[in-house]
Parts: sequence; C-alpha cells; structure tokens
Amino acid sequence: MNISGKLGMGGLGTCAAVLPALAFLMTAPAAAFTAYVSNEKGNSISIIDTDKLEVVKTVPVGHRPRGIVLSKDGSELYICAGDDDLIQILDTKKLAVVGTLPSGPDPELLILSPDGKLLYLSNENDNMVTAIDVASRKAVAEIPVGVEPEGMGLSPDGKVLVNTSETTNMAHLIDTQTRKIFANVLVDARPRAAQYTPDGLELWVTSEVGGTVSVIDAANPKVKQKISFEIPGLSKEAIQPVGLRFAPDGKRAFVALGPANRVAIIDTMTKKVEKYLLVGQRVWQLAFTPDAKYLYTTNGVSNDVSVIDVASLKVVKSIPVGSFPWGVVIAPQ
Amino acid sequence: MIVKPGIVAALLGMALAACAFPAGAASNIEIKAGFIRVPHTQETLSILDIPAADDGIAGARLAAEDNNTTGGFLGQSFAIEDVPLKPGDDPVAALNDLAARGIFFVLADVPAVSLLALADAAKDKGVLLFNTSAPEDSLREENCRANVFHVAPSYSMLADGLAQYLVWKQWKRWLLIKGSHPQDELYAEALRHAAKKFGAKIADERIYEDTGGGRRSDSGSVQTQRLIPAATQNAPAYDVLVAADESEVFANYLPYRTWDPRPVAGSAGLVPMSWDGTHEQWGAIQLQNRFMKFASRRMNARDNNAWVAMRMIGEAATRTGANDPKVIREYMTGPDFAIAAFKGQKQTLRHWNQQLRQPILLGDGRMIVSVSPQEGFLHQTSELDTLGFDEPETKCKLK
Repeated sequence: MNISGKLGMGGLGTCAAVLPALAFLMTAPAAAFTAYVSNEKGNSISIIDTDKLEVVKTVPVGHRPRGIVLSKDGSELYICAGDDDLIQILDTKKLAVVGTLPSGPDPELLILSPDGKLLYLSNENDNMVTAIDVASRKAVAEIPVGVEPEGMGLSPDGKVLVNTSETTNMAHLIDTQTRKIFANVLVDARPRAAQYTPDGLELWVTSEVGGTVSVIDAANPKVKQKISFEIPGLSKEAIQPVGLRFAPDGKRAFVALGPANRVAIIDTMTKKVEKYLLVGQRVWQLAFTPDAKYLYTTNGVSNDVSVIDVASLKVVKSIPVGSFPWGVVIAPQ
Repeated sequence: MIVKPGIVAALLGMALAACAFPAGAASNIEIKAGFIRVPHTQETLSILDIPAADDGIAGARLAAEDNNTTGGFLGQSFAIEDVPLKPGDDPVAALNDLAARGIFFVLADVPAVSLLALADAAKDKGVLLFNTSAPEDSLREENCRANVFHVAPSYSMLADGLAQYLVWKQWKRWLLIKGSHPQDELYAEALRHAAKKFGAKIADERIYEDTGGGRRSDSGSVQTQRLIPAATQNAPAYDVLVAADESEVFANYLPYRTWDPRPVAGSAGLVPMSWDGTHEQWGAIQLQNRFMKFASRRMNARDNNAWVAMRMIGEAATRTGANDPKVIREYMTGPDFAIAAFKGQKQTLRHWNQQLRQPILLGDGRMIVSVSPQEGFLHQTSELDTLGFDEPETKCKLK
C-alpha cells in the first residue's frame, strides 16, 4: 500500500491554456468561422465567433443535446436531443429551432452522408442505427447493431458506414448500399469514435475504457495495430480515449483523452504519440476550423472549449461555454 | 434463452459477417450459467428495500440478453438457469446437479459459509464461481479460493471508500454504533480499520442490541423518535455517526433522530455501495434504462453485481471464442482482461485474490453524493487498490 497525501492536478488545464493566448491574439487575425457547441446539461448550443474567440450567442434547444452535425450547405444544424427522443433542426441564420426529424429513442451521435441527403444516427437505447432521409424527414432504414450504439463514421467515398457499440465492444461495418453489416471488428472496451483516415485506407476506433485506439485495415477489416498512451503521473484508468479527428492532410491524428484532460497528437504514419496537450477537464469531442489551422475541444467538466493552434501544437485559448459542453462542429461562415 | 426479433434479424444479417470476423471468434457455442441464490430477508426497515422475487438474478438475465446481442455477431449464445434455494436446501447438492448437466459457470448469491462450501465442492468439477453478494473479507483473505471470483466489493473496500470521503470532508471524529449480530461486527471491524488507515478517530463505540420483533408497525415512528436520541446521547464530541447494521435492525432509524445534530453514514445515511438505482454517470443511465425496461424496477447492487458477473463471462467468451471454463479462467486472470461497468474506469481483477477492482459509490438512496477513490489518495499501481486490503497485506494464497 502506498497512500500519500494530497495532489491537486484538477484545475491546471484551464490555467495552462490561457497563458499563450495573448501572443495568439496579437498575431493571428484568422478568418471568422462559426463554431457550434452542444451543452449536454445546459440544454443549449453555444455559438462561437472564431475570430473574436468568444461566445456570441447561446440558443436554448431540447433536452440533453450531444451529437451535432451541419447540413451540407451549412444552413441547418442537426442536434441529437437525446432525452426528447428526436433530432432538432436549428436554422443557422435565424438561430432558432425550426423543425424536428424522427430519430428513434435516445439519439446520441449522427453523421451526414457525403451527398448530404441521409443522416445516419445511433440509438443508444435500442441497439439500432437509423437512416433518415433529410428532404422527406422520414426514417428510411433501421439497422440492428450491438448493445449501446455510439460512434458513427463514414469512409471518404461514403460506401462504408461504421458504428461502434459500447457494451458489445465492436465496430460494425455497414455497406451503405445494402444497409447490411458486412464485418464486425472486436476492439477494446467501450468503443467511442470511429474515423477513417482521409485516404480511406485505415479506420481508427477509440476505446474509452480499454484506453486504446485500434487501427483497422479498411480493405481487410481486422485490427492491425493498437495505440496506447502513457502520461507520467496519471494512472492507466484515467486515460480514456474518446473524440478523434484527423488533420485534413492526414498526417496527424488528434485524440481526446477524457479525464486525462489532454489531447494526444499522433503521427499517422508511425502511430507514435508526438505530444500531449493539456486542455480543459474531461475533454470529449474535437473539430477543426475549415482552414485546418485550429482545433476546438469540448471540455465537459470545466465548461469550456480549448483552442489548439495546429501549426505550433499549442493551446492558445480557452473559451467558457454552457454547462457540460459535449459536441462541436465548425461552419465556414 | 431470450431472443428478441431484432436479434434474429441481426443473426441473419451476420451470416456474411462471420467470415469477415477476425480470429478468436468461434461459431455456435452455448454458454449456460447457473444462478444459486438464497432469498434475502423481507424484513427491511424501509419498505423500499424489500427485495423483489427476481432480486439479483434479473441483473444476470439482462446481461445474458446483452451478451446475446453481441453473441449474435459471433455465433455465441448465453443463458441463465435459476436455482433458488429454500430454507434447508443444500447448496452443494444444487451445484452438483448443475455440474452433472455440464454447467460450469455458477453465479452465487449465498451467505459466506455456503459460498465456501460451494467453492470446495466445485474444486474437482472445474466449476467457476462468481460471488455476487457476500462481502466478508475472509473470503478474499484467509479463505480465498482459486475457483471463486469476487464481483461484490468486500467490507473493507466499502469501509475504505466511505472513510476516504469522510476524511476528505474533514469529518474525522466518528461515533461508531454497531448491531449485536456477528455480521455487524465484521463491518464494524472494517470501519475501524478504515479509520486507522485514513486518519480518522473512533471517538466512541456503542452496541445497539437487537431485542427482536418485526419491522412493520402502524405506529413505529412514535417509539423510534424516543429510542434513538436516548441511544446516541452523552457521546463525546464527534463529527459523524457511523453505523454498522447488517441485519436491518436500527441504522435507518438514525438519520434526523440522533441526540446531537450529526450526519449518519455506513449502513444508513451516506451508504458506500457498489451500485444504486440512482447512479447515472458514465453512461450508467443506459444500463439503468435497459434494466427498468427489462425488470420493471430499479437496479440494486445485487442485480448489478450479477450483471457484471455475467458480462465478465460474456467478455471472456467473446475475446477467446471459448466456453471452456479453463480457457475463460485463464483469460480472466490474464493481463488483458478488463470490464466496462459504468463506473468511470476499467475494472480488472486483483490477481492475488480475484477480487474485482471497482470504484465505490456513496449515496443516500436519492442521489449519488460522491464516488471513491477520492482525489489525492494515491497508489503505485491503481488508485482502486487504495480500497480494501492491498497485495502486500493480503493473507490470500490462491489454491
């Protein structure tokens, strides 16, 4: 037994994040984009002007908003309102909820087909993936998957839809033509995000409880490598990979590590972790600005968003948002 | 076995999938688990705590259904056989009957003495036992057995989880009141040990005698309102009353009735536990919703332990593609085994006594107040090992 006194790592994330912000403000008048952040407990969407680096508006929405995605033309934001059992449609000009889509029970995450016509979403409560036709606002298919479906990913050509199931511990690969599963790949415990590399050759899946990222060969769906993480001073249990994004050039992967309060930066070729960046507490989801210069992270426990400068790999700002921020997407305007 | 229409559809859809599935998967294996249980007392102080007829086993049944959804992709199916024991029934005879019918996984919700008898009887039969309720430390220490996995936390894990929080709150002076049954002394001893371990002091210790009688009466509160202040007066200065009442005799009478206005913890008030119907963090709401739909009631700690036990079997079967208890045991005790059970971090087995490492929830039956281990209690391998007897102090020699 080795029990010592006190350790106060808790609040470091936000303090460290703010320091370099001044330098950033002086040098970088970036193009202004709009970031949308869903606040799981705030029942709201925070709208961030990425030029001003601040929340310009908070829009009240349904209960327990988590997964969010923009329509192809950016005019609508689709919001999984999990506790209302529906998808809300937010008009991004009016910034008001203008309609709903049927979703099945407890929608959590969703993804838009490359042509913008279909929304695929995971129903956490009934082991289904639902496909919704956006134009007719109707559910057109239900695909049975494992227990507690969660993450949704699409191959760059749109031919393969991937769903992860948290208690079944699999990535289910679904043919979007036949809408049937053609492969199930067992990964480590509680899989969360599933993302294809931009070249479509690999599928990466984060495992929150397993603490790893599985790299799956897209052509021959098997795990070919597992990436694990080590952070001095943190126990293995605290490292919980959740959100995952590839830089658009495909050279680096960014993985949110949950209560480790860090984002890991991985070289996509070597699969080695280059760096860990301290962000806010319980970091969930990630989104790049359309110019790929900045990466935004939602920090569920510290109620803020960290902004990472992708060129220098530094956290340059933390922006307070609503209560328990979860999802984030960024629109070109 | 319960198969939903959705699962059948999944199975059909999976015909292709079986080919694509990587090595490790086997096809068409059945895994049946027996569930030997002795019904828990209906004599509870609060009517909310009266156990349902499917207490415990409902959790195992739900896990079998969860396992079957996963198994549908792999050609594995899971089932539970209920073996409720009546007073006077011999648990060993029940185990022998299961083994004779080729059931080698047995979940046990039985008293410690019966569990030990089951373990010894199971030894030559290759049966693996999963302890879903008995909290005695002796089962994990001097009486540990290589064929028993402890899913339920021990008294020392519960007491340490509570003590860490009370110490974090700076409530370091405890008035300990224990019941007059041997089981109460076991919990009290774990609380004394926890106080010493984390720097709290037992300001005074009292015994609350069980004078017999039932729990239900139409005018119960009138008397209790006078009895409890009397039982708690003239205490030295203390911060929190800690109760050890494993027999439902007095602990739930303590809150709001103590002579001094002090919070109550232990067997009532702030209770350390492995699970509660009010726990919803870390995705637990999903399991709670599933259980509610399945059993039409809230999931208690015994239901949850049974769910975890059956999921452990499912997880090991999924990873190994096997239903042979030898292979399952090897995987569970190996370095790769971990189970996700909605308490914020992976849960693994202590290799020295096969106890499942786990966070301890602290709640009052309405809300989860906190979850231990508390921040700042450090450990060289896993902070979860700050809860309960650790490897260097263990008396367990697995055999």
